[in-house]
Amino acid sequence: MADLQAQERHDAHRGFPPTGRSRVVDGLRAYRLIAWMWIRSTMAYRASFAMTVFGNFAGTALDFVAILLMFSRVDELGGYSLGEVAFLYGLSSAAFGLTDLALGSVDRLGQRVRDGTLDTLLVRPAPVLAQVAADRFALRRLGRITQGLLVLGYALVVVDISWTPLKVLMMPVMVVSGAAIFASVFVAGAAFQFVAQDASQVQNSFTYGGTTLLQYPPTVFAKDLVRGVTFVVPLAFVNWVPALYVLDLPYPLDLPEWVAFLPPLVAVVCCALSGVAWRAGLRSYRSTGS
Amino acid sequence: MDTQTDTQKDFGPADDHGDDFIRLDGVEKVFDVRKKTGFMRSERRQVRAVDSISFAVARGEMVGYIGPNGAGKSTTIKMLTGILTPSGGRLRVAGIDPSRERTRLAHRIGVVFGQRTTLWWDLPLIDSYRLMHRMYRIPDARYAENLDRCVELLELAELLDVPVRQLSLGQRMRGDIAAALLHDPEVLYLDEPTIGLDVISKAKVREFLRHLNAEQGTTVLLTTHDLTDIEQLCRRVMVIDHGRLMYDGPLTGLHEIGESERTLVVDLERELPPIEVESARVVKVEGPRQWLAFPAAQSAAPLVARIAAAYPLVDLSVREPDIEAVISRMYAEKATS
Ligand SMILES: Nc1ncnc2c1ncn2[C@@H]1O[C@H](COP(=O)(O)OP(=O)(O)OP(=O)(O)O)[C@@H](O)[C@H]1O
Ligand SMILES: [Mg+2]
Repeated sequence: MADLQAQERHDAHRGFPPTGRSRVVDGLRAYRLIAWMWIRSTMAYRASFAMTVFGNFAGTALDFVAILLMFSRVDELGGYSLGEVAFLYGLSSAAFGLTDLALGSVDRLGQRVRDGTLDTLLVRPAPVLAQVAADRFALRRLGRITQGLLVLGYALVVVDISWTPLKVLMMPVMVVSGAAIFASVFVAGAAFQFVAQDASQVQNSFTYGGTTLLQYPPTVFAKDLVRGVTFVVPLAFVNWVPALYVLDLPYPLDLPEWVAFLPPLVAVVCCALSGVAWRAGLRSYRSTGS
Repeated sequence: MDTQTDTQKDFGPADDHGDDFIRLDGVEKVFDVRKKTGFMRSERRQVRAVDSISFAVARGEMVGYIGPNGAGKSTTIKMLTGILTPSGGRLRVAGIDPSRERTRLAHRIGVVFGQRTTLWWDLPLIDSYRLMHRMYRIPDARYAENLDRCVELLELAELLDVPVRQLSLGQRMRGDIAAALLHDPEVLYLDEPTIGLDVISKAKVREFLRHLNAEQGTTVLLTTHDLTDIEQLCRRVMVIDHGRLMYDGPLTGLHEIGESERTLVVDLERELPPIEVESARVVKVEGPRQWLAFPAAQSAAPLVARIAAAYPLVDLSVREPDIEAVISRMYAEKATS
């Protein structure tokens, strides 16, 4: 009797388990649910929310203030005008800001692996990456995007770009593929933390370090560093390579012109690779003894 | 019961395999542990946390899973939930291989880790529940009903708006149990659900689990170091040690294999020298009261008759063996053999 009732109740669910549904759709749904819960809980304190958004805005804007100070002494940085540097800066910050908003929490993965709290995510019916990424979703990170877009707007006003339809199209494509390239770095870094649980600093040097690097012209860095950022960890495709095409400036490395249109492809390949890395990492997870 | 016919045809072959809801065949889990032996040098060692375990649990059973520290209990539960992938053997829960279809299985199981919470630490309890509601796609009516029942039976009403980190251990445990049950899981795994709870909280949790098993028909598998949990809840108990299953059967059967003894306490009319009687020995004398130990498997009646015939007997009582003593003897025997 009790058995039958139990069976009946469970049958009510039987339609639900997402067997055929794609994991991506599932992941996005879980992400939305968790993120929304965090938004609601932070919105409960509106005043403090406004403060933290502003704090994030001001904190990240300091990077640009540093550049402004530099230009108060010199007229050019590595052969670039203030407007041109602002163009690079704005693109890098906007793309990174999007990723930071969406995936900023994954760098805590190592902590979860070390203390075994990842266990609790594994027993829920949602992809682990979505749960990790949406954890503590913080709208205050909009601050970084906002200041990035403001600086980009400033650059568009002061720099004299010879616009073509292709260049106009490249603008949103750059931000989106740039965000995707950063996302793959975040995810690959998190995957690495399954193996080396103290690697969040390594990850930060690639993510936060990467965006700071891209805020400056490639001409101020050593050629080897530029090569590494182009061919090894292809962050150069976030802004440097495509942006220099838009600005009609030469790239310090000898690359054919069509390379400027590669960012979407680079983004897809990077995301696929980091996805594989994530799966391998997750498979190697072995919980803790207590 | 008008939907009964509908349910019948839903028993698909892929879903339930006979009576065995949980089935393990020679399941193993080996951990590679690296020990540092010097700079950049390390030694690899293998820990066999679970060593070729086989058992089956039928739908609706309530089973205790016990063993000393490091026996492999938590590891088994982690394999049953899909957190860990077995190194060998075959494991099925509701016909599903947990580690391969973890998310699909998640809809059908509930898990409570006594040592850590599955709730969102910084958010009020009710927020966690609301999120579960959506994440598990629980129909609204069922969610409301299940939540109401848990809130009532686990006395959570006052706690719903309190952030989880502010809850006491016992309150958090009750909150966790409720969270594991909102989606009507067919099986509930509890890894030390009574750890650190006071007597009253323990009693509440036990009462709730008993109710859950009896009324909802939920299958329950629980690990514990408190044998009272087992005595009060489980008809069947499995003992594991060093990753091996040492015993699987009714709780009472443990006495027999543990070669335990029962105690007969007799009150005589006056102080007398220790009673001399066949198949029992005096273990303690205190004035006119004497304690006699005799094999647990043996009936007390003939013994009592013999004593009554030879001694001035006033009163008597029989004490069952202490299950804790039985088990610790079992553990010890294994360790020396
Ligand atoms: N993630 C891990 N890495 C390495 N060894 C582990 C891991 N998890 C468990 N072990 C080892 O496996 C064995 C079984 O551990 P397990 O946690 O299953 O024991 P348990 O029966 O739950 O013990 P307790 O009663 O102390 O909770 C122990 O020797 C433990 O050291
Ligand atoms: Mg344990």
